[in-house]
Amino acid sequence: MKLNMYSIRAIYKFEMARTWRTLMQSVASPVISTSLYFVVFGSAIGSRMVEIDGVSYGAFIIPGLIMLSLMTQSISNASFGIYMPTFSGTIYEVLSAPVSYVEIVIGYVGAAATKSTILGILILITARLFVDYEVQHPLMMISFLLLTAITFSLFGFIIGIWADTFEKLQIIPLMIITPLTFLGGSFYSIDMLPPFWQTVTLFNPVVYLISGFRYSFFGSADVNIGISIGMTLFFLAICIALVWWIFRTGYRLKS
Amino acid sequence: MSAVISVKDLNKIYQGGFQALKNINLDIHAGEIFALLGPNGAGKTTLISIICGIVNPSSGTVLADGYDIVRDYREARTAIGLVPQELSTDAFETVWDTVSFSRGLFGKPRNDAHIEKVLKVLSLWDKRDNKIMMLSGGMKRRVMIAKALSHEPKILFLDEPTAGVDVELRREMWEMVRQLREQGVTIILTTHYIEEAEEMADRVGIIREGKIILVDDKARLMQKLGRKQLTVHLAEPLQSLPATLDDDALALSEDGYGLVYTYDANQETTGIAELLRALNAAGIEFKDLHSRQSSLEDIFVDLVHNGQPAPANASSAGEV
Repeated sequence: MKLNMYSIRAIYKFEMARTWRTLMQSVASPVISTSLYFVVFGSAIGSRMVEIDGVSYGAFIIPGLIMLSLMTQSISNASFGIYMPTFSGTIYEVLSAPVSYVEIVIGYVGAAATKSTILGILILITARLFVDYEVQHPLMMISFLLLTAITFSLFGFIIGIWADTFEKLQIIPLMIITPLTFLGGSFYSIDMLPPFWQTVTLFNPVVYLISGFRYSFFGSADVNIGISIGMTLFFLAICIALVWWIFRTGYRLKS
Repeated sequence: MSAVISVKDLNKIYQGGFQALKNINLDIHAGEIFALLGPNGAGKTTLISIICGIVNPSSGTVLADGYDIVRDYREARTAIGLVPQELSTDAFETVWDTVSFSRGLFGKPRNDAHIEKVLKVLSLWDKRDNKIMMLSGGMKRRVMIAKALSHEPKILFLDEPTAGVDVELRREMWEMVRQLREQGVTIILTTHYIEEAEEMADRVGIIREGKIILVDDKARLMQKLGRKQLTVHLAEPLQSLPATLDDDALALSEDGYGLVYTYDANQETTGIAELLRALNAAGIEFKDLHSRQSSLEDIFVDLVHNGQPAPANASSAGEV
């Protein structure tokens, strides 16, 4: 199938333009709030914490904090990107254009994933101002970053189509993703939990993402890296299947 | 004449069971201005939305520019531009950016010269760097037309294009539509303003309760279904019609000063000469005569509210 690159580029450019228009909200704000985490948990409290698996606490929380921002921003960017046209009615233009569903998804999700990846890299660079760290597997780190950004942007795209109010747009990231990320080992190793809660935590899919990402930094993690990659790909597959179903049925897009 | 849009046995049943379109068959000719008239909820927007790909058909086929709108949707949609009824525009984009976006979205390479031409034709050139939120309603309507024209469509759908637009802008839009037709663009417009259809359309289709009840050349339609009325302004008022003038086609106005005679202009004998002779014989003096052709609006009201087109001879004059 030949892709209509002009259409993809138009959607992508349009979405990226929105990012530059709202630079403070899209980029600066998450970078500043994550920096505050580094100041409080990394420098202030972290200096009194023992090392975890030979890694200083300040460095230990870097992958988790990047993941926290990456996931919430991917969802926020993608959901808002597709929700606004449905809210304002301008979605008619996309639906009447000679674009395939794949091209629509590449345009919207690609832009959202680009934004959150840029944000993740900015946080990584900012972290260096507060904490010393090394990335043992940079390629794996970039791959995880991209994979998570794409997966959660797809998830955000689904939420954006599902939501019919601004409240619904916010509810999944605030009520589900943020708690799962906080409880998914962003600030601690799951080995530090009692055995029962360790088992419960393994039902949290975010654990595998953070653990895999952390492995790329320090070469050690809570969960086997193979399982982490497998779970991330599994979540990606679920999101792709849901998006495919949405377009096949026209759910909330076409009557 | 070749059909640029061909609708065959099209049905649309929405979830919940409401049937918005019932077995629609319709051909739109290349290069014409076709006006689709119908009361609210008749199915006009549903029909347009299906052709443009926004609503899924339940059954039937639609060819646009010779391509099936479902199977060959890329080719079909490339040929179509749509200006929807609702003023749905981005708020924070500039006019130039939003029109350029539309061109790219429809798979066309960047062409600043074309965008410039479209904006100039629509008197938007001076506003090209303005954010859309800063524009008036009329200007936003122009932006939507510019977006629809950005990819050089062969077919342009205008769904209630002049709703909420002032008279001056409406006239400008009509002129623009005529220019587009001269360039070979086929225009399909839905409108509540019968005057708009009467002013611009080559052919008229009337849709009611999801069914196309009539499609005809506008001029022929008006000739075929159009009644004429002759008003005779009397010198002295009448209390009632004299027995010699008693006829179904003749009515006395409330003030008694006007005799309104309805007739069919297509009949060989209109009955006007006989009427005037009868007035003379009855000693009724008149000071003026005024004739009026029934408008498309009259025809539309007849069809939509009375269910059937007014038969040509229903209002024709009897011999007087």
